[in-house]
Amino acid sequence: MELVLDVPQIQALIESYTEKVDSLIESYVDRKELLISLLQDIQAEFNYLPRDALVKVAQKMDIPLSQVFSVATFFRAFTLKPRGRHLVTTCLGTACHVRGAQRILDKLERDHNLEPGGTTEDSRFTLETVNCLGCCAMGPVVVVDGKYESQVNPDKLDRILRTYK
Amino acid sequence: MAKVWINAQTQVEVADYPGMRAVHLTIDGKNVRALPGQTILEVVNSHPGIGNVPALCYHPAVKPYGACRLCTVEIEEGTRSRFVAACLYPIREGLVVKTDTERVRKLRQGILELLLARCPNVKMLQDLAKEYGVEQPRYALGDQACILCGLCVRACQEIIGRSAISLVNRGIYREIAAPFYAYELSEGCIGCGDCVYVCPTGAIYLGPDGKPVLPKVKIPYPEVEAMMREATAAASRR
Amino acid sequence: MVELLQKRLRSPSELESRRQSIVQKRDPNRLCITVCAGTGCRASGAEAVIEAFKDEIERREIQLDVELKETGCPGFCERGPLVVIRPKRIFYQRVKPEDIPEIISETVLNGTIIDRLLYVDPATNEKIVYEPDVPFYKKQTQNILGANSAIDPTQIDDYIAIGGYSALSKVLFHMSSEEVVAEIKRSGLRGRGGGGFPTGRKWESCLHAEGDVKYVICNADEGDPGSFQDRAILEGNPHSVVEGMIIGAYAIGSHQGYIYVRNEYPMAVRHARIAIEEAMDYGLLGKDILGSGFDFTVSISRGGGAFVCGESSALMASLEGKIGEPKAKYVHMSEKGLWDKPSLLNNVKTWANVPLIINKGAEWYSQIGTAGSKGTMIFALVGKINNTGLVEVPMGITLREMIYDIGGGIPGGKKFKAVQTGGPSGGCIPEQYLDTPVDFDELTKLGSMMGSGGMIVMDEDTCMVDVAKYFVNFLEGESCGKCVPCREGLHRMGEILSDITRGQAGMEDLDLLEDLAGTLRDGSLCALGTTAANPVLTTLRYFRDEYVAHIEQKRCPAGVCRELIQYSIDPEKCEGCLRCLRACPTEAVSGEKRKPHTIDQSKCIKCGACFDVCKFGAVIKR
Repeated sequence: MELVLDVPQIQALIESYTEKVDSLIESYVDRKELLISLLQDIQAEFNYLPRDALVKVAQKMDIPLSQVFSVATFFRAFTLKPRGRHLVTTCLGTACHVRGAQRILDKLERDHNLEPGGTTEDSRFTLETVNCLGCCAMGPVVVVDGKYESQVNPDKLDRILRTYK
Repeated sequence: MAKVWINAQTQVEVADYPGMRAVHLTIDGKNVRALPGQTILEVVNSHPGIGNVPALCYHPAVKPYGACRLCTVEIEEGTRSRFVAACLYPIREGLVVKTDTERVRKLRQGILELLLARCPNVKMLQDLAKEYGVEQPRYALGDQACILCGLCVRACQEIIGRSAISLVNRGIYREIAAPFYAYELSEGCIGCGDCVYVCPTGAIYLGPDGKPVLPKVKIPYPEVEAMMREATAAASRR
Repeated sequence: MVELLQKRLRSPSELESRRQSIVQKRDPNRLCITVCAGTGCRASGAEAVIEAFKDEIERREIQLDVELKETGCPGFCERGPLVVIRPKRIFYQRVKPEDIPEIISETVLNGTIIDRLLYVDPATNEKIVYEPDVPFYKKQTQNILGANSAIDPTQIDDYIAIGGYSALSKVLFHMSSEEVVAEIKRSGLRGRGGGGFPTGRKWESCLHAEGDVKYVICNADEGDPGSFQDRAILEGNPHSVVEGMIIGAYAIGSHQGYIYVRNEYPMAVRHARIAIEEAMDYGLLGKDILGSGFDFTVSISRGGGAFVCGESSALMASLEGKIGEPKAKYVHMSEKGLWDKPSLLNNVKTWANVPLIINKGAEWYSQIGTAGSKGTMIFALVGKINNTGLVEVPMGITLREMIYDIGGGIPGGKKFKAVQTGGPSGGCIPEQYLDTPVDFDELTKLGSMMGSGGMIVMDEDTCMVDVAKYFVNFLEGESCGKCVPCREGLHRMGEILSDITRGQAGMEDLDLLEDLAGTLRDGSLCALGTTAANPVLTTLRYFRDEYVAHIEQKRCPAGVCRELIQYSIDPEKCEGCLRCLRACPTEAVSGEKRKPHTIDQSKCIKCGACFDVCKFGAVIKR
């Protein structure tokens, strides 16, 4: 998919992006303890934490950039690289593990070269793991773009993922 | 009057004067008198020869952190003993501290074996480990120099007030880094060299441009590698 | 504006009259269809069931005669989606959207039971019609979870209708702080988050701590893999937690509270938010609660995705906007916690117990349970068990009763092997201890712990070395990395266990594992590290033969560890359907149509695809 933009369009994109970041920071200014909440909002908006956004956060919230970076790398909710178009979350809770969740990870690595936390080359899928979604009766559970799939085995996973472009 | 040891060889009689707030505690069987508000390690350090407490992540100029766990000592609470970090535990009247029991030595041995396996080529660690009977760790050897004591980060934050570097990632992937792995440290760092000064292993050293060179990451980690690639690419573009 | 003013309750009597008016408006004989809308049932398709009900009710224009209520999780997750038709409480399980028209026409409008949707007791083959008769529920004592199936968690009126906030009213107007603390102490309630610390004592030290500013915190960072009780309570009955927190705040003199919910529970966050807003509207939260003069507000904070933030000092660091690094607790959090102020931190389940204790009294509460562990406990019974779900039982019930009477035993006729309690900080308990009563101290004696209530059942097909490896890997990924024993020690433990599961270890590695366990236990900074070795130590203690088999015979007795198992095809059972041939990613399977296939071991990567697709059970895994 090729994206062709001209200079005014690019500028407009950058402006709207900076506006968005500014407005997100607005509600948290002077409340340094809400740094994690702010980062979660930015992550939700852009699907990752852009470097420039973090620099702005450090400036406006008067927190050292190194500390913002520390927080951004400590918690699993944040990614510094853009995520893929579709988020595949595999449950690695004990019940799912005991029912063979590891084989799903193996298959994803084999077929898509995908490791937990990583994104496929073509930005199609991002793989995350989570420890227990609480649907242990239906394990192994895989969530794709918010949709819960139950009793997933490598075969079924193939069929499910094929429908996501 | 109380008999207290002021170092390993000297015992003196001291009078308790009115209004005195000294704390009396026992370290390895020796009575010691100290000012309140101190930690066990501070008392041990100010009484030469009393107590044996190694400490790698401690420096008097910054707040104690309690990360290396080598300063662990045994304290007695009634009939039971407990392991606590000497650099953080506040002294109190009647505290009984044992710094060199068999269990304490075994723990320090275990910690040093882990540290030596992580950084086998650091001379200071080799010497300290040898003191505790550790020469050949029973694990696969790494090749790091940084023990993640955090002294450099704390010095930069507390003494200099710049916070140019911080501890990033977590668990075994934890490391010292500048924001976005920009090793040039152009932002925030003023080139004072304090981090190099406090580093116990020499993992940080001053580069040719007067700015500190941070320990490189040895454990592979997909995102870290990508960031390193980006930082190097950005650096080479300039 | 007028409506808002009328909403606010300014005194206990106004609360009572509101309660009465709500109850009076409700016709107890009106048909009410309750569907569990918890996350667990949603994963089984409850949303579609609810939509189907809404459509059908609208289509038939029976909105005035039939109420549809989306409730919280009652615990029988194995059989979801769950539909209960009140007031008779007819119990339908594994309901599909296609069943709805029939349910409406037969049961709702006609009063006839649909047999195929009923629960069949596997022990007696009897069909159970009514919810209270279902053996899974009958043997439980759902003092806390019971409310979940009766209320819509987003409607405060439902909570008030069942007696909600009466405990708060009693505390604010008829009890002093000291009396509240004394009552909690007398009840014998112990922390339900893992530590099992006497709750009353914690409240007392917070009450006596110096300072005007104190904080009340709810730990909803449920991180143990396999546990979801806190989620069920926060999603299904958030007001019970809020009420408990206000009572706690009053007891210690705090005016600001936080509910710290893990990031992965969006529905719990949403429902907690709604509950707080509704409580504020009703004057049950905020300034001058119920006209008592007591102020208290609650904010919600979301976790960033770190198991270590379930540890109290790491949680508070995270609330302060820092990384979740625990710190030494030589000075207790109840004296110096959040922002160095006295902080009262308790788990969701602990808070949910508080209104119950105040309403029914400490005497009543302390009659339930054992001498050392009072009250009921909510467990997440999962793994190789027939009735997966949440189970609330009085302390003192035996493991055997939990697993066989309530859990329904092991599926597939397999043999029980072990039950893991306490999550990554706990241990595996083998068969010979099944008659142990479930109690804080009894479980600790066995080398495990109660923890947050996770109970994972394992059968003969579970490899205990693999289980130890799983927990160590989990903790390795969650370690904050601050202290050497945990950061380096867990990594090395993981390496050794990995070697064992690949048949590349020696017997001296077992000694090394025990040495490492000692270093972790004595040297770690926080409980993540000090308890991390428990799964390894208990599996070594009770299942040493499995470790030895992996090392000396390079064999995995349970047939799990990939490098040590072999897939082969039984020529007697193979029908030659080519299915496994096509499924194999490395073309290791060869054979012709209708002739037995074979697996080339040199190409086989042990992925198990052939095993999955074979419909004749011809693939052998050994």
